[in-house]
Amino acid sequence: MGAMSERITRDDVAHIAYLAKLAVTDVELDEYTSQLAAVLAHAADVEALDVTGVAPTAHPYPLSNVLRPDVVGETLDRSEVLAQAPSVEDGRFRVPAILGDEQ
Amino acid sequence: MGEPLIITSPTTGADWELVIGLEVHAELATATKMFSGAPNVFGGEPNTNIDPVTLGLPGSLPVVNHRAVELGIRVGLALNCTVARSTFARKNYFYPDMPKDYQISQFDEPLNLDGYLELPDGQRAGIERAHLEEDTGKSTHQGGDGRIHGADSSLVDYNRAGVPLIEIVGRPDLTSPEQARAYVSELRAILVAIGASDGKMEEGSMRVDANVSVRLVGESELGTRCEVKNVNSLRSLVRAIDYEARRQVDVIESGERVHQETRHWDEEHGRTRAGRSKEGAEDYRYFLEPDLVVLDPSAEWIESIRSELPMLPAERRVRLAAAAGLTPAEVALHVERDFDGFALAAIEAGADPGRAMTHIEHNLTGATAADVDVTQFAKLVELEVTGALTATQAKQVLTEMVETGESPEAIAKERGFEAMDSAYLESIVDEAIAANATEWGEFVAGDDAKRGKLTGFFVGQVMRSSQGKADGKAVTALLNQRRTEAGS
Amino acid sequence: MSGADDAESSLAGSRAAKPPMGTATEIAAGIRTGQLSARAVIDAHLASIDAGESDVHAFNVVLADQARAHADEIDRQVAAGIDPGPLAGVPIALKDNLCTRGIPTTCSSRILEGWLPPYDATVVQRLAAAGAIAVGKTNLDEFAMGSSTENSAFGPTRNPHDLTRVPGGSSGGSAAAVAAGFAPISLGSDTGGSIRQPAALCGVVGLKPTYGLVSRYGLIAFASSLDQVGPFATTVADSALLLDVIAGHDPMDSTSIPEDLPSYSAVIDRGVAGLRIGLVTELMGEGIAPDVAARVRAAAEALEAAGAIVGEASVPAINFGLSAYYLIAPAEASSNLARYDGVRYGLRVDAPTTSEMMVATRTAGFGAEVKRRIMLGTYALSAGYYDAYYGKALKVRTLIIRDFAAAYETFDLLLSPTSPTTAFRFGDKTADPLSMYLNDTCTIPTNLAGDAAISVPFGLGDDVMPIGVQIMAPALGEVPMLRAAAVLEAAAPRTATTGKAM
Repeated sequence: MGAMSERITRDDVAHIAYLAKLAVTDVELDEYTSQLAAVLAHAADVEALDVTGVAPTAHPYPLSNVLRPDVVGETLDRSEVLAQAPSVEDGRFRVPAILGDEQ
Repeated sequence: MGEPLIITSPTTGADWELVIGLEVHAELATATKMFSGAPNVFGGEPNTNIDPVTLGLPGSLPVVNHRAVELGIRVGLALNCTVARSTFARKNYFYPDMPKDYQISQFDEPLNLDGYLELPDGQRAGIERAHLEEDTGKSTHQGGDGRIHGADSSLVDYNRAGVPLIEIVGRPDLTSPEQARAYVSELRAILVAIGASDGKMEEGSMRVDANVSVRLVGESELGTRCEVKNVNSLRSLVRAIDYEARRQVDVIESGERVHQETRHWDEEHGRTRAGRSKEGAEDYRYFLEPDLVVLDPSAEWIESIRSELPMLPAERRVRLAAAAGLTPAEVALHVERDFDGFALAAIEAGADPGRAMTHIEHNLTGATAADVDVTQFAKLVELEVTGALTATQAKQVLTEMVETGESPEAIAKERGFEAMDSAYLESIVDEAIAANATEWGEFVAGDDAKRGKLTGFFVGQVMRSSQGKADGKAVTALLNQRRTEAGS
Repeated sequence: MSGADDAESSLAGSRAAKPPMGTATEIAAGIRTGQLSARAVIDAHLASIDAGESDVHAFNVVLADQARAHADEIDRQVAAGIDPGPLAGVPIALKDNLCTRGIPTTCSSRILEGWLPPYDATVVQRLAAAGAIAVGKTNLDEFAMGSSTENSAFGPTRNPHDLTRVPGGSSGGSAAAVAAGFAPISLGSDTGGSIRQPAALCGVVGLKPTYGLVSRYGLIAFASSLDQVGPFATTVADSALLLDVIAGHDPMDSTSIPEDLPSYSAVIDRGVAGLRIGLVTELMGEGIAPDVAARVRAAAEALEAAGAIVGEASVPAINFGLSAYYLIAPAEASSNLARYDGVRYGLRVDAPTTSEMMVATRTAGFGAEVKRRIMLGTYALSAGYYDAYYGKALKVRTLIIRDFAAAYETFDLLLSPTSPTTAFRFGDKTADPLSMYLNDTCTIPTNLAGDAAISVPFGLGDDVMPIGVQIMAPALGEVPMLRAAAVLEAAAPRTATTGKAM
């Protein structure tokens, strides 16, 4: 399941475009599929590496327990923020009909 | 409360049992948000409690709130969890009330693991984990009937976005809607007692989702579960779980299978409805939050938090039960109403535990422990126990004590309450019997129901002629005694 | 490619212009002592921009009026006896992925076209406090994804040494601005080489600090565990001066290093005697153009002549750096760029439902390379593929860190090319994304390790285009790194393409 040597398919790309909220035309789908496949094929050299027992590194510089005091800081001016919004009503951001569910 | 709910199918006669696990999200009582210094306050004009981090503006970065961690650890300790080294993760999905279109939460390594909650009846419900995360904004829907489906557009307010939440995931150990209610009630009491949250379901500072599945009694495999959301009160919780369980039984018995899905409780129509999301469509692509670092609370910090925990409801029940000679379940209501300290003090002051507890339970329903002086209360109980006051009189005196703060002796004297001579009582009772011969005849000869009614009649007569000073119980006892004598 | 052709196609007939009125160090000193007028300095640079910007297109926006007003204020302060700070009156160009309050910040993307941030990045605040004057926001590959600035939605930037060639990327505009004399210093960001590679291609100094040394608050994120803000300059001394101003702990950035830092500009002239420097074998193989390799060897000799002990270093896992990077960076980017959904700011393409609006907005607003990387990243994180792709790449990262650590037991610093070739021509590498990615082989490993690195101009290639040499240091190794860079700078051939010699 999901070995790097398996080629990424058109269906895979269509699905990830859906997850990433991007629309792709049929022509683009073909292009992206072959381009992504080429990159992943190159990345497949990693498959040869033995990484058993190797821990992943998420952060290059190990820090821990970075906390801030529970003190109110600077807030933003609402009008400055809303002035940048595409659509505003009653001090709120207006969006078209939402069909999905809140998580 | 402690008994599992068994649903006996009206069609097949089969017995079904419920498996319930609750997920509770509680807003933590901090001054600022989980990852920034924007204020954490309820209400207020829309989009005023915001800063770049709250809005997820390009370039903004999260920094963890110390107090949120402290309260998170308090919750974990109060729920008997192990407090662990933890990390933050991104949960990726698109939704307009999510400023970054990902939520920072904890996934692989949560703050608290493997605890339990003790219910008032003594049963334990397992807690799988309790972790920190940030809340989303809120959208209101326009057009349609104000619900999301059928709306033309929505308005989004990010005041709530970023508010610190603790998500408490209970194991599927609960077996009835009532037990679920007890779980939530107890959890809320704990959260309030430790100052972690104000736990107001109706205001949304505590939210409950119920995972419900059913299986035939005796089966060990779990059925497919559904998650029920939008439950806004304890009463709704009970109704929703009951409805959902029965719905699932119907589905299975009609030959279909239960689809694993999220369902929404429709309070108005008293039913759950399937959500719009496709089954299994969401892939949250969890990965370690690269903008935050490891959270590894020291043993010293954890212990200092533990040492500052107040006495929790379970312990308070045990303490009062021991003093009152009752079981913890029997004193649960008193602890819930914050009367346990009062009751303990009264008992310590010499009040008879039984009478004291009865008065607290029945005759102080509108009051709080602060409304009554405990020494005066103990005195009142003593007066009743020695017979100086009847039960009815004691109740009236207590009510006036709450209102005026006067001593029970003073009130009794004012009202002319005094112990009634037993010979005098007998004479009034006999007079009433003599004056109502027909009714007396029916009383002596009648069945239980008839006698019950006529007892009321005679007690009423005696009360009238004694200006309410007779003790109803004593009158009833006398009537029965006379009846026995009449029968012999 | 003959020299005569070059003269016609380069900026106003001259090679990388010397900055008007000197280096940042010289300008600041002059202004603080009242010998130079900030207004005169700014006017000179704005004139330079006027003359050359239509050819180079380094900027998305030039802040002429604001810069003049700011300069006047600096002059007033000096007159009143107030010290404006270590960068007093120094013009600086800022990469357009740094938030500047009230000033358009676009990441060279349509999706943020016209967006005015309501806050300043921490580094922007520190620059203002030091008296520096922003002259404009520079062009970049869209969302910092690219190595040539050809991915900008607003047109490419051209290499001031040869306008038919790319300046490198993603901080092409910031590199070109300095190379063209529009400002003596600029800020860029480096995720896989985006400061160092354009610095090499444009013949200027470019420095990527240790991860966490400089605050990322207000830097619009590409790949959070790799991004760093860093300086461009014509001299090593200027880059150290700028680093002094922007580096240091920031409580608004949880990944910010809490340690106290030394003053970098104070120590760079201490030479390299006794420093052990390793030439990285894996980065001197095929794939590196011969003229580039020759310059790197010359640099090694120069360092040896200055007293360093030079040897061969091996960092085997480096060979897998590109692969790991092209899984980790897009994965983080796919999440960082989710917020561009048309709801709160930026472009919105209307549609009947929010979901359709988001899709339409993102499809119209993002360019092809950004979409490619978002999809690559989404794939690497998706259910069923996480372990094989992203999860594995994080382990490769550990191996790279280990191999670097091993090398740094023997050596204090490492040496390599910055870019495999000199600046290529527009369109040369756009047909095949992979060929573009290969530009970053030498620079990517440092980002994965979180270490420091600098590119120093060191002569010309066969095509008379600048070549940069990369010095790498372990985390928080900026001091020895700058010392070695200063030595190389002094030893660099005196050609027309180094700012100093003009």
